[in-house]
Amino acid sequence: MKFNSALRNFVLVLFSTLLISACSTAKKASVDTVDDVYTGTDTVEYLAKGVPDRVFFATNKSKLTTRSRDTLRKQATWLRKNKDVTVTVEGHADERGTREYNLALGERRANAAKDYLMTYGVSGKRITVISYGKEKPVNPASTPLAWSQNRRSVTVKTN
Amino acid sequence: MKKLILVFLFFILVSGNANSLIKVDITRGNLDPLPIAVSPLHIDTKSEDLKSLKERKLGEEISKIIEKNFKSTGLFNPLKKDSFVQKPDIAHLKPRFEDWRLIKAQALVTGKIFVKDKKLKVEFRLWDLTADKEMTALSFTTTPSNWRRVAHIISDKIYERLTGETGYFDTRIIYVSESGPKDQRIKKLAIMDQDGYGTKYLTLGNELVLTPRFNPTNQLVTYMSYFKNMPRVYLLDIETGIQEVVGNFPGMTFAPRFSPDGKKVIMSFAKDGNSDIYSMDLETRVVEKITEHSAIDTSPSYSPDGKYICFNSDRSGLQQIYVMRSDGTGVKRITFGKGLYGTPVWSPRGDLIAFTKVRKGRFYIGVMRSDGTGERLLTENYYQEAPSWSPNGRVLIFYRETKSDSQGKGFSAKLWSIDITGYNERMIKTPTDASDPSWSSLLSK
Repeated sequence: MKFNSALRNFVLVLFSTLLISACSTAKKASVDTVDDVYTGTDTVEYLAKGVPDRVFFATNKSKLTTRSRDTLRKQATWLRKNKDVTVTVEGHADERGTREYNLALGERRANAAKDYLMTYGVSGKRITVISYGKEKPVNPASTPLAWSQNRRSVTVKTN
Repeated sequence: MKKLILVFLFFILVSGNANSLIKVDITRGNLDPLPIAVSPLHIDTKSEDLKSLKERKLGEEISKIIEKNFKSTGLFNPLKKDSFVQKPDIAHLKPRFEDWRLIKAQALVTGKIFVKDKKLKVEFRLWDLTADKEMTALSFTTTPSNWRRVAHIISDKIYERLTGETGYFDTRIIYVSESGPKDQRIKKLAIMDQDGYGTKYLTLGNELVLTPRFNPTNQLVTYMSYFKNMPRVYLLDIETGIQEVVGNFPGMTFAPRFSPDGKKVIMSFAKDGNSDIYSMDLETRVVEKITEHSAIDTSPSYSPDGKYICFNSDRSGLQQIYVMRSDGTGVKRITFGKGLYGTPVWSPRGDLIAFTKVRKGRFYIGVMRSDGTGERLLTENYYQEAPSWSPNGRVLIFYRETKSDSQGKGFSAKLWSIDITGYNERMIKTPTDASDPSWSSLLSK
């Protein structure tokens, strides 16, 4: 009996330790991605102060998240203020898809960003798009975090 | 690049089709490869430049290439030469069958080299050691610098005689050579013989190049290039090195392939976030839109009769494989299995479609019938894709990438081949990392 309860305590302690470490892993991951979309700032550069240059996508998707739309509105505001600036929107995919499909996916992502910029008053004539598929990863690691950073569209000044 | 057109003279000395006993079955995985002895080809003493021929050991070199080809099929087991009992010249005249049977050989290849008037004549015989008779004898005359190709042609003839199928040794592979760190990869078009020999680079690496594919006569290549940062489909003439953009599309074109008659290039054109399939007639320059759908349509590949096209689309929500008539009508989804399907390629025999499948984070190369039934997954790995068929439809070549660590190190991309039986998976050595392989048709038909 005594032995049993000692064992039970041990198991309980072990279990809760596992639980805590599981929680901390989950917490760490949630800092970087929400619903498979990167939300960190590690790879982000800025077109101007407070204007991030890129938005991120979920695996195989090209839908803009609330956060992405917020970023693109900031880009649109900045572009409307700087009327002589032209940009290229580069679309990218992660390395976990076939090359040809990823080229198409990158193009779809870049156009999702371009369309949103146009909706917020930026002339389509000022925006060109290019897809690099999976050819230009920003993070070369083979980890879910790297892949989420690589699924992106980046707005780059061209003049 | 040197002209590829070569004149080979074929002389059939004896054709011994009747009553041979050995036959290699290539329709299933061969766990018991045929023991074959390839005697070094002997050099005729009346040859010009006899000394140099002997120094170069040309007879031995040719036999080594034949052995390597046979070994690579997994269907043959070339026996070690130390155990050979008969001298090459005597064996070529008439082997002592019992001596060769003693070393457990079931087939024997013998041959002779003769150089006269700056022409190389190579003669070979294939002997059936279970029936004590000659099965095939052929000779080829060509320029001496073509000796490697002669070795491949002989390999093809023997393969054909023993398996009843066309060979695939006198072929080349075009691929993308890769070097540098993963996030700054330098990519060049490269071409090599099927056995990995004689790599030549066709572009300098100044711009990103992807997915090269041969035309049916192997003189042209269609591929994608980011020249001047404009991703477009190009044509490259291998002999002249002349490159040109295919068509005048106001956006990215990609995923090109030739039609089986070589007259058209079929490809994807991406506009406003939507990729559809187009073809362009290379002579008339007429462009035809083949698919019209808001989803991604890409990776088109014609059936060998040119009547159908298989392609990749995510119109169902996820990547799947579809087949349609070559005018774009009668679109039909053919993959319904769990997972994603991409890169469909129609077999040159017409019966099968090879594909890449992605499921639970693993990548598979597989084959299925052209109606989508009879799916067989041949190989599973961390990342692999883009199968290309050997001209006889028996072997697939593809590329495989390894995982990189948190710093992006440890990454590699290599070419691999596998029989459609699922057996005989092997890496093909290349001087650099490699991807996007495409197999030529037979160079000498």
